[in-house]
Amino acid sequence: MTNAATKAGTQPGTQGRDSGALLQIRNLERRFDVDAGFLESLKFKGGRIVRDTRAVHAVNDISFDVHKGEAVCVVGESGCGKSTVARMVASLLPPTAGSIHYEGQRIDTLKGRALLPIRNKIQMVFQNPYASLNPRMTIGQILEEPTRYHNRGVSTGEIRDKVTQVMQSVGVDPNWAARYPHELSGGQRQRIAIARALTVDPQFIVADEPISALDVSIQAQVLNLMLEMQEQHGITYLFITHDLSVVEHFGTRVVVLYLGSICEVADTRTLFAAPKHPYTKALLSAVPQLKDDRPNHIRLKGEIPTPIDLPSGCPFQTRCPQANDRCRAEKPRGVTQPDGSLVACHAVEEGRTEPGVESGMKEAV
Amino acid sequence: MTLLSVRDLTVKFKTRESSVTALDGISFDIARGERVGVVGESGAGKSITGFALMNLLSRPGYIDGGQILFEGQDVTKMTPKQVRAMRGNRMAMIFQDPMVTLNPVLTIGQQMIETLRAHRKLSKEEARQIALVKLKEVYIPSPEARLDQYPHELSGGMRQRIVIAIALLLDPQLIIADEPTTALDVTIQADIMDLLLEMCRSNMVGLMLITHDLGVVSQVTERTMVMYAGRIIESGRTRSIINDPQHPYTQGLINALPQQTPPGSRLKQIPGTMPTLSAMPQGCPFHPRCALATDECRAVMPPLTQYGEVQVACHEVQRLHRELAKMEAAQ
Repeated sequence: MTNAATKAGTQPGTQGRDSGALLQIRNLERRFDVDAGFLESLKFKGGRIVRDTRAVHAVNDISFDVHKGEAVCVVGESGCGKSTVARMVASLLPPTAGSIHYEGQRIDTLKGRALLPIRNKIQMVFQNPYASLNPRMTIGQILEEPTRYHNRGVSTGEIRDKVTQVMQSVGVDPNWAARYPHELSGGQRQRIAIARALTVDPQFIVADEPISALDVSIQAQVLNLMLEMQEQHGITYLFITHDLSVVEHFGTRVVVLYLGSICEVADTRTLFAAPKHPYTKALLSAVPQLKDDRPNHIRLKGEIPTPIDLPSGCPFQTRCPQANDRCRAEKPRGVTQPDGSLVACHAVEEGRTEPGVESGMKEAV
Repeated sequence: MTLLSVRDLTVKFKTRESSVTALDGISFDIARGERVGVVGESGAGKSITGFALMNLLSRPGYIDGGQILFEGQDVTKMTPKQVRAMRGNRMAMIFQDPMVTLNPVLTIGQQMIETLRAHRKLSKEEARQIALVKLKEVYIPSPEARLDQYPHELSGGMRQRIVIAIALLLDPQLIIADEPTTALDVTIQADIMDLLLEMCRSNMVGLMLITHDLGVVSQVTERTMVMYAGRIIESGRTRSIINDPQHPYTQGLINALPQQTPPGSRLKQIPGTMPTLSAMPQGCPFHPRCALATDECRAVMPPLTQYGEVQVACHEVQRLHRELAKMEAAQ
């Protein structure tokens, strides 16, 4: 594991510590205990009572960097650990192992008051604006609370001004301050959620599926707002999504996760033009195309294994069309490709990928 | 041959003061074995249409007028017994979330056998055999074992396959699929859509696919209806709607998709939101969001009019066609 990290550390996908990256994630791991209590951990095995705790391996040994001004998208299917990564970066969840550095400062070990300056810099926008806004607070209160908390000793008038200014910048009428969230539509609520993140002038926004709960025309409004904020305030994004068409539009770099491990890290254009990992290929081929009648998508056999019992070797080997004995035994490391992308796959490393599949994919994507 | 013919269907919801109109006199046909997509944003009336067809509307919703002719019989005038005979048998529905659709306290086998025996005189063993065949048809691995499993033991994709298998049990003529893959991942969505397409093609089953995903509609359906605020505003061949949308709303919907704009640039958004049912604007319901709106649009509701193969409800389109006709006449 350490070896993999140092090797990966010299590569463009995940550069070394002094690369000037804004956010550095190194060997990040997160497990959730399924048998949390002592009594739950007692199992009856072979005629004896033994202690045995099972854990969900949500995130396994992930390393990547986010540079200033980037919009790094983390994609993958449900259960791949993308939201867990988001919550760890936003310091809402401590990692089990590994480290997160922001501007060279280690943030995953910070607690309590020491976290405050980081919360000022890193903010989060959640998926469901119906759940992330307190129904008993007015829009004004929702926006004033973080502003006041992070700017102690500032007068009420100044805080009101700040809130008004933020509301205007996200295209919301400041007169709405007296309204409650239930009076607003989904798109308007998500604007408020983004406004709340912006009240403390963050440098970095972690957005966990911010537009998945919204209609197509509203999705465009919210995405445009996020693009505007990027231009006006130079905000860096870590964008969690499962919608690949949004990734292609919004992301500068993409991290593809499968079962808590990184499959591929590449520039958006590179990834969509020439996906390399068999899972990335299958994922891209499954996106329904508007103009194309029926691009043949790559059918994956079986189902995603449970993250409680991870498969041996490569996490994707149980469903991969190119899996062989090596894949079943040894977990592949991220290897940089000639075009700068980082791919963790034995088949790609050994040049075992089917040429037919490759050419078919380019037409489809 | 027409399988389903809906005429001037109006659905209202009772409120404390009065009632609001959720479906405002929609008319459409579905032919035998035809696959029709219904697209629109939430609140457009897509699901209500599906519920009305299945006679599933419950209070405060009710059918206020119009006809639903299915295989020559008017669904709105059926007795409860006739409805039960039709529902699940001649016309079946697939819902969005398979975890909610399946009964959590019954095994897959029990649910399938129950459905079969409710409509046909079959022994439990005969019903079990039919259930097995249907599970195999939807590519469920080791179907014998699945029959004795509970829904929670299966993954989301597997559950939705089982829901499809149950919908197909009695060889229906029409399947109404209401956002069947919205709760699923893309790779599984692609599998399920392939399966639906294959099942409809091989059994000549009609499909009404309700979705907000234009990509899915484009791949599965032959014809598409676009709904907005309880009306059909455009209807025609799927290919022509996707490639050459006529109504400003359809154009907006397609142009708002990220793949329609070069990466990194602003998306073409439709300003504003859909009006709520209780505060419907006068005239065309889309006019407050439409860049082309005129005084006529603000005053008069445009009728759904046939132009060649497409139907569009828009004054602007009407005007364009009138001018075209004038030019042709002049020549």
